[in-house]
Amino acid sequence: MAVVAFESRRRIRSFTKNYTTIDGRSRLDYNYAQFFTYGGEMGAHLYAGSDEYVVSRPLMEIVNVAIALGKPLLIKGEPGTGKTLLAHSIAKALGKRLIVWNIKSTTKAKDGLYIYDTVQRLNDARFGDKDISDIRRYIRLGKLGQAFVSEEQVVLLIDEIDKADIEFPNDLLNELDEMSFYIPETDELIVAKHRPIVVITSNSEKELPDAFLRRCIFHYIEFPDEAMMERIVRVHFPDIEERLLREAIKKFYMIRAMDSLKKKPSTSELLDWIKALMIGGISPERVASEIPFAGTLLKNEFDVEKIGNLGKGKPAYVRFRS
Amino acid sequence: MFTRFFFLLREKGVPCTITEWLSFLEALNGGFLQTSLNHLYYVGRAFLVKNEAYYDMFDEAFREYFGGIEEIPIDLDRVLEWLADPCHLPPLTEEEMREVMERLGHVKDLLELEKEFLKRLNEQRERHDGGSRWVGTGGTSPFGAYGLHPFGIRVGGESWAQSAVKVAEERRFRNYRNDLILDTRHIKVALKRLRELKREGAMEELDLDETIDKTAREGGEIELVFKRSRENTTRLLLFMDVGGSMVPYAHLCERLFSAASQMEHFKEFRHFYFHNCIYQDLYDDMANVKRIPTDWVLSNFDERYKVIIVGDARMAPSELFEPYGAIDYFYRNEVPGIEWLRRLKERFPSSLWLNPTPKLYWSHPTVEAIGSIFPMFELTLDGLNESIRCLLSKGRRKNFT
Repeated sequence: MAVVAFESRRRIRSFTKNYTTIDGRSRLDYNYAQFFTYGGEMGAHLYAGSDEYVVSRPLMEIVNVAIALGKPLLIKGEPGTGKTLLAHSIAKALGKRLIVWNIKSTTKAKDGLYIYDTVQRLNDARFGDKDISDIRRYIRLGKLGQAFVSEEQVVLLIDEIDKADIEFPNDLLNELDEMSFYIPETDELIVAKHRPIVVITSNSEKELPDAFLRRCIFHYIEFPDEAMMERIVRVHFPDIEERLLREAIKKFYMIRAMDSLKKKPSTSELLDWIKALMIGGISPERVASEIPFAGTLLKNEFDVEKIGNLGKGKPAYVRFRS
Repeated sequence: MFTRFFFLLREKGVPCTITEWLSFLEALNGGFLQTSLNHLYYVGRAFLVKNEAYYDMFDEAFREYFGGIEEIPIDLDRVLEWLADPCHLPPLTEEEMREVMERLGHVKDLLELEKEFLKRLNEQRERHDGGSRWVGTGGTSPFGAYGLHPFGIRVGGESWAQSAVKVAEERRFRNYRNDLILDTRHIKVALKRLRELKREGAMEELDLDETIDKTAREGGEIELVFKRSRENTTRLLLFMDVGGSMVPYAHLCERLFSAASQMEHFKEFRHFYFHNCIYQDLYDDMANVKRIPTDWVLSNFDERYKVIIVGDARMAPSELFEPYGAIDYFYRNEVPGIEWLRRLKERFPSSLWLNPTPKLYWSHPTVEAIGSIFPMFELTLDGLNESIRCLLSKGRRKNFT
């Protein structure tokens, strides 16, 4: 006996109940966004995935709440689960401009606000052929600053925030809270004209400070299960042969289940691999019995060696000495 | 509202704060959350839990608080059969869309809808696609999947159709908990904290302050000053026991090893194997064939190296304390194992021992003896984090003296 759950027995609050729609088609999504209002004026901002990005229902709802409340959305998850793509997808689906701020280990919070190009000014002062009295000419806005002064609402992606110094997120607290910052050099206050939709991704290389976490909405993207993966692959290869798809996905999860791999293949590697299989005209039977083009799936030669035996029907012998 | 849920969360160990709880309530009262358990589960979790390590505890609390609410057993298998391999609703033009909406647009009471759904299930005998009445796919009936109806009941399709309480009961996030055995990803996160940034290497970073200072001194002639860029200077040695009693933990050690060897940030990483206890030889390979004299290790690596030894530290007392005590019959050690361990500790002040056996079983003479030389930690995520804190603080203390 299986069990189905009804979403709720309580009263229906306005128009927000169990729709039987969404299958990933943009046309429908568009209609969906048009017809379902979400507490009044928010209807136009509803995000429901985009053409080439399959979003899970929970994540979709969370994105919408984050947008509605104007809170930064912090996304964590294994590599290849589409953290960065989410921001691209939101921008595309809502027709907004995307500003990407890639964080490196040397990035300082201030870089995102503005950069005062002292060296250029010094250089200009030396030759005296330019007007250096106007300090404004040497102040360039960083990515966060650009998002603030934009004439329309933008999507701001702060990518891999955990790469930076441990104090980095704390330095951004105020700016993200109030959506404004002050430039002492010019005595200017930059205030966001439209609160940007902020998406932050992290690979959890470092723990993020609590104060920062408190202000975010958090979602951990699980690695897609086989059914979800099937949908994702279909979005990229609409006319893939059914059996090839099934064999490839089965193999893929088999390889991923191996603990001793140096690098587990992720979604993007699976897509590359399937592309290679399709171009190479490999039959599903061959995929079932061996692993053609293992190099596209695994980026490490030891790993390729390890799974070499896997396809031939023998379990790979990867054990510690006993 | 739900205040007891907040305390339940904290009781279960989710470190959610009042600020987070308030913004969750704000969202709730602002009408941004739908009045459904699924929504409460996923969106509530996004507000209240900020680390996947606590997802499992959230699940527990959620199940305890909301468990037992609203579930009606029906013969789902039969319905899902009708819904399998769906026929998709053809894209509608705006006008068609409006028409459909008008036709369906009256809000039904959900209870009534539910009743109707059960009734129709009892009547329906076969598959229906594209229609407007029966349970099926690609239509505008309020029941089914892959179709269009503003207030219908959706059956199957995605995980959303599963009740949140069910999802919580599955406890899919068990493995993300901090206090359980860890996987490679966890270990990598922990090891990354070992990073030590120091200025080393080539002079290639522009030192702005110094440049301005010098330039001003030179009277406006630009003088560029460079400094060394920061680099990670962590050096790590890993010694691993591959003795017989370690076999049950081989899997775990394998993960630790694979995480450590994947760390690209270390300035240097070397690993050695030993059998039961360290004597005058270490080994380069797991089969203990290629010997490397322990003395060579002691003289070729200096005190800047951090050392992690992994082993169960459990052996016959003679193997540790007595000369010629090694377990292998043909292996003769003049110096007892404990002495070798002391020498290692002397040479590498920041060193520690990770023990894969639970702390509960540590009352054993050799475990205690080794624990008095090296700080010993459990090989769990908490233990690993603690041990790394220990390694780092050791290093710092040394700098002061």
